[in-house]
Amino acid sequence: MEFVEAVLLTVIAASTPLLLAASGELIVERAGVLNLGVEGMMIVGAACGFAGAYVTGSIAVGALCGILAGAALSAVFAFVTLGLAANQVASGLALTILGVGLSGLIGAGYVGQKIDGAASLYIPYITDIPLIGRLIFGENAFVYLSIALIIGIWYFLYRTKQGLVLRAVGDNHASAHALGYPVLKIRALAILFGGGCAGLGGAYLPLAYTPFWISGMTAGRGWIALALVVFASWLPFRLMIGAYLFGGITILQLHAQAVGLGIPSQLMSSLPYLATIIVLVAISWLRGRAGSPAPASLGLAFVPDR
Amino acid sequence: MIPKSVERFSEKIMRMIRGLKRGMRAPQPERASRSNSERAMKKFMIAAAAAGLAIAAIASASAQEKLKVGFIYVGPVGDMGYSYQHDVGRKEMEAKFKDKVETSFLENVNEGPDAERSIEQLVRTGHKLIFTTSFGFMDATAKVAKKYPNVMFEHATGYKRDKNLATYSGRFYEGRYIQGVIAAKMSKSGTLGYIGSFPIPEVVSGINATILGAQSVRPDIKVKIIWVNTWYDPGKEAAAARALADQGADVLMQHTDSAAAMQLANERGVFAFGQDSDMIKFGPKSQLTAIIENWGPYYIDRVQLALDKKWTSSDFWGGLSTNLVHMAPYTNMPDDVKKLATETEQAISSGKLHPFKCPVLTQDGKQVECKGGTHLDDAQILGMNFYVKGIDDKLPGM
Repeated sequence: MEFVEAVLLTVIAASTPLLLAASGELIVERAGVLNLGVEGMMIVGAACGFAGAYVTGSIAVGALCGILAGAALSAVFAFVTLGLAANQVASGLALTILGVGLSGLIGAGYVGQKIDGAASLYIPYITDIPLIGRLIFGENAFVYLSIALIIGIWYFLYRTKQGLVLRAVGDNHASAHALGYPVLKIRALAILFGGGCAGLGGAYLPLAYTPFWISGMTAGRGWIALALVVFASWLPFRLMIGAYLFGGITILQLHAQAVGLGIPSQLMSSLPYLATIIVLVAISWLRGRAGSPAPASLGLAFVPDR
Repeated sequence: MIPKSVERFSEKIMRMIRGLKRGMRAPQPERASRSNSERAMKKFMIAAAAAGLAIAAIASASAQEKLKVGFIYVGPVGDMGYSYQHDVGRKEMEAKFKDKVETSFLENVNEGPDAERSIEQLVRTGHKLIFTTSFGFMDATAKVAKKYPNVMFEHATGYKRDKNLATYSGRFYEGRYIQGVIAAKMSKSGTLGYIGSFPIPEVVSGINATILGAQSVRPDIKVKIIWVNTWYDPGKEAAAARALADQGADVLMQHTDSAAAMQLANERGVFAFGQDSDMIKFGPKSQLTAIIENWGPYYIDRVQLALDKKWTSSDFWGGLSTNLVHMAPYTNMPDDVKKLATETEQAISSGKLHPFKCPVLTQDGKQVECKGGTHLDDAQILGMNFYVKGIDDKLPGM
C-alpha cells in the first residue's frame, strides 16, 4: 500500500511541470498561435525562479519570478509573430534557443547552489490517512495550482464569453476580426499567459522537484508539453489525464526496470512519443467524419488590414 | 471532398511533427551559457574567426607564440559533474602555463553530427591541441584528426587512436570497487540502487566493480539497476533515485552527471555516493564518498609535451595510483568501515588488489578468460559487455 502511494506521489511530482507548461500552451494554441518556444520559456522560468527564491528565500517570490520571466520571453515571441507577422514555427524554435542561452547567463552565478524546496501541505490526521492522505492532502502548492489552472481553463474556455471569443479567434481569425474582435490583442494576451505558465512549469523544477540550479535542467520537458497539447486534442481535462499518463509512463518504466522485468528501457522511454503519434494518426483519420479538433487558424499569421 | 481548412490543418500538423522531431533529437540545449566576459570574448573570437579568414589570420598572427588549446564538453560547465571537472582541469592547466597557452571550450556539444562541426571549428580557429571529452565524440574526433594531421587530438574514454590522436581515461572502476565495499557494509536492507546512463562498457564495468567489491564483504548483496538513457536530466535522475528508494534500496550510486540523486538521498535519509565531483554539499547526511576526477595533472603533462614539441599519440589510463581518480573524504560511516575503505583504497592503489581479479564469473556462472594473468586485462575491461554473477537483471541490448 505504502509502495503504491509512493509511486503515485512520484508520478504526480513528475507530471506537474508538464501539466503547468502544457496548460499555457493549450490556451495559446486555442487562440490560433503555435508557440514552439515552450522549452525556452521553461528554462528561463527555471533560472529566474531559482534566482528569485535564492535571493529572497521565498518560494512564492521565486515562482512569481518564474512566471514573469516566462511571460517576458513570450512577449518577444508575441512582438515578432503578431507585430511583424513572422513565421511562428521558426520564431518559436528561435525562442527556445534564445531561452536556453539566456538561462545559462542568468543562472551562471547560481550554478551548484541549492535551496530548501517547496513545503508540502500537512493537515494533522487527514494527511496521515493511508494511501489517499498524502496523495490528496500532502502535495506542494504547485500541484494544487496546476489542477486549479486546468479547472480554470476549462471554465474560461467553455463557460465564459471571453473564452468563446478566444476559441473563435483560433478557429477563424478573419471572421472574428470581421465581428469586431481584436484578434491580435487576444492572441497577445494568450501568448503572455502561455509564457507565464511555461515559466511557472520551469520554475517548479528548481523550486520543488530538484531544489538546486544547474543549467539545462528542463532537459526537453518543454517538447513533451507541446506533444501533450496535441495528444489531448486541445481539451483541458484530457490534457490533465495526458500529463499524468506521460508522467506515469516515465516513472513506471523506472520502477519496471528496478524490479527487473526485462523490458527494454529505450522502448519504455519512447512510449509517450509513440502515444502522441498514434493520437495524431487518429486525428487525421477522424477528420473526415467529426471534423478536426485543432483550432483551424493554428499557426497562421494574421494581418488585420489585408 | 476534403474541406480546405482540413487540408491546411494536416499541413500544420506535419509542420508540428517536424518541429517535435527536431525537439526529440535535440533535447539537450544548444551550446550556450557563457558566464563571464572572458568566455564571451573567446566565443567572439571563435565566431569572428569562423566568419572571416582575414580576422582569423590576424588573430593567429598575433598569437603566434601561444599554443591554442581547445576543449569540447558534452554537458554545460555548470553541471557540477563530469564537464565541470574537465573544466576545472582546463583552468588548472591554464593557470600553470599562463601566457604560453590560450584555451577555449565549447560546451553542451551533442554527441552527433554537431560534434564534428564543433571540432572543425576549433581547428579552423587555430587550435593546435584539442581535447574531446566524451565517449560519443570518438568517431567525430577520429574523422577530423585524419583530415588535419598537423593538429594534435586527445579523446577521453574512447579506443580509437591515430598518429595525431591520443586517448585518455580514468580507471573509475577502482573507485567503484571501494564504493561497493562501503555500500555492502552500510546497507541494512542488503539492496543497493544503481542509476545508469547508457549500457556502454565504461558504465557496465562500473556496475560490475561495485558488485564485486560489495560481494567481497557480503556475498548475498542485491542490486537494482535503472537506466535513465541520458547523462544529464536532473529530474529523471531524481525520479530514478526515488523509485530505487521506494523499492527498498538504501544505498544509491549513480553513473549520471547531476547531483539530483544525492539531494534526493539526503531528503529520504538513505546513503549515496557522489559522481565526478564532491557532492557533499547536496548530501551532508548522505554522501559516503565520491569518485572525483582529477584531469588537471594530465592536461598539464600533455600541454607541456606539446609545448616542448615532444607530443606523441599515446593511451593513458590513470587510476588511483596516478591520482587521476581520487576519493572524496569518507564521511557518514563508522570508523571500522572507514578503515576498511582506506585499506581497500591503498591495496588498489599499490596494485595489491585488482577489482577484476580472476576468477571473474558471468551471470550464468561461466568463468571469464583471464587475459591479464591474475586479473582481466585492460581490453577486457574497456569492452566489458556482461554482468558478473550476482546481478539479478538483464543487460539491455546485449
